[in-house]
Amino acid sequence: MVKKSIHDINSKIRDGSVNVVTAEDMVHIVGELGAEEAAKEVDVVTTGTFGAMCSSGVWLNFGHSEPPIKMQKVFLNDVEAYTGVAAVDAFIGATQLSESQGMDYGGAHVIEDLIRGKSVHLRAVSHGTDCYPRKIIDTNLSLDDMNQAIMMNPRNAYQKYNAATNSTKSTMHTYMGTLLPSFGNVTYSGAGVLSPLSNDPDYLTIGTGTRIFLGGAQGYIVGQGTQHSSGGGFGTLMLQGDLKHMSPDYIRAANFTGYGTSLYVGMGVPIPILNEQIAQATAISDAGVTTKILDYGIPSRDRPALRDVTYAQLRSGCVDINGNDVPTSSLSSFKRSRQIASELKEWILRGEFFVSMPVERLPKDVSAKPMKQTEGIALVSDIMAVNIITISKDASVYDAAKTIMDTEFNHLPVVSSGNTLVGIVTAWDISKAVSQNKFDLVEGIMTRKVITASADERVAVVARRMDQNSVSAMPVIDREGHVIGMITSDDISKLFARRS
Amino acid sequence: MKIKISISSDVVTKPIMAESILETGILLNISQAHFDRSHGEVVADVDEDRFDIMCKSLTNKGAKVTKLDTPIMWDENECVECSACVSVCPTKVFSLDDDFSLQVDESKCIQCGTCVDMCPHHALSLGNNS
Ligand code: SF4
Ligand code: SF4
Repeated sequence: MVKKSIHDINSKIRDGSVNVVTAEDMVHIVGELGAEEAAKEVDVVTTGTFGAMCSSGVWLNFGHSEPPIKMQKVFLNDVEAYTGVAAVDAFIGATQLSESQGMDYGGAHVIEDLIRGKSVHLRAVSHGTDCYPRKIIDTNLSLDDMNQAIMMNPRNAYQKYNAATNSTKSTMHTYMGTLLPSFGNVTYSGAGVLSPLSNDPDYLTIGTGTRIFLGGAQGYIVGQGTQHSSGGGFGTLMLQGDLKHMSPDYIRAANFTGYGTSLYVGMGVPIPILNEQIAQATAISDAGVTTKILDYGIPSRDRPALRDVTYAQLRSGCVDINGNDVPTSSLSSFKRSRQIASELKEWILRGEFFVSMPVERLPKDVSAKPMKQTEGIALVSDIMAVNIITISKDASVYDAAKTIMDTEFNHLPVVSSGNTLVGIVTAWDISKAVSQNKFDLVEGIMTRKVITASADERVAVVARRMDQNSVSAMPVIDREGHVIGMITSDDISKLFARRS
Repeated sequence: MKIKISISSDVVTKPIMAESILETGILLNISQAHFDRSHGEVVADVDEDRFDIMCKSLTNKGAKVTKLDTPIMWDENECVECSACVSVCPTKVFSLDDDFSLQVDESKCIQCGTCVDMCPHHALSLGNNS
């Protein structure tokens, strides 16, 4: 039985006799010596991770202007910061986008610019009060000019994260990066063997008050992160640190095409090896951390899992999906995760960083709930038109024109003899055919690639498909391809108008 | 040298590449081809000295020819070596070496632009269309 205290380890740090290794080294040490011997040998195991963490931001205090202002709206380089608190405090969040530059620049870039020593433009407006008479202020501030710049990240350092792929026929742009069509690639995130929470899955040493590496400076764990879901192995952390001491090596703005901005955050947690149980937990390798590959092609909260996968398989560069070798990409940087674990190790060896015991443990066996939706979820079947008119592919263009005139439907689904959908004609197609003097069959002028919906799909999903394909109506079909209804952009606008 | 041959919808059904090869006697080594109903795009290697003749022949038949001589540019200062670009490149320009450093072999680049959109850190750009 090995039993060490935090105090013992900190004394060793003070006198320079401490033995610190990274979580990668620990895999081999426990492999060779066993957990008990390893626990005797090793005092601290360092972890590290560097990846996109959207749920990040900084509390800023600007100081008071003369005459003073109670800020009601604040913009930093045109990116809005939240100031629904006291007069000159504001929170700049990583994913807030610039009013003028859109997805090219966001809160994450403001944060990186500040760390790089650049000054940012502050504009604040107010309604003016007796105690705070000023109504508007414009000024340029750098990090040194602020009283505080405290990074406060509500959700960082996911224990592990689901990998992503795409079953659809088109490229998707997501916060997991570009997902190529037909399972063209897999993207993933997380440090596996070096992941802080995966190295202490029972939260024996990691909890409220734990001193950590954050962005190149010392920081602290505030407690469980939002959406902390320890039950399924998806624990998260809320972190705090002083932006004034951080480095652009470990805090980087990012842009995900078609999604927006995010912040790459580097963080690492030291794990004091107090006994062999803790030593054993830090022996976890990439092969020991299992996650799932989810199909992001399904636009639902509950994306289907295609298979289980370990970080070792993901990191090999290629995984098997349905018998095909699919290339993988990490979004987080393993090289930088390693640098963080090594740098934290150096700090401890140099006696600049001491380990701590949490004042409160993280909750175990909890899971995040989905949103309760009191409005109900509208399905296509709730709002689609069922009294629909179709036309046969063998009908004449004249018949189609007449049907449109008689029924006032702008879109006619075209069906084959078995009543299955084969195309669609619109009033526009007919005008075009007439102008070109084409009076043959509907089949010759119809659009063959029809964008369709099915009755059990959610309206919000279908609305996005309509937008993306620039169409204003879609036939609703059943499994056999029979047309059972029509849904139009008008139906959808009416539904949302009723609700707002 | 690598070239890109773009073929628009009005000529996409004609065998113009075969015609040009027969007419000029110059070989094209096709490494990538993509066709849909509206247009086609082919990446091929051609002898540097004979490029002008081949280019003229293809252009006369309605194709557009671009030299692929400005491959992907990698800004090491912006790059964080995540490897997001690795899985999207059709020609395996990017790879990670044993210590997880990014290796870039730009000679394989066909300037498709996919990695430019993928890179979260604006570390990749193409000369003409950023
Ligand atoms: S432009 Fe295309 S071919 Fe060139 S490196 Fe990027 S993804 Fe690869
Ligand atoms: S995606 Fe960009 S940042 Fe990531 S490794 Fe490639 S070039 Fe570097």
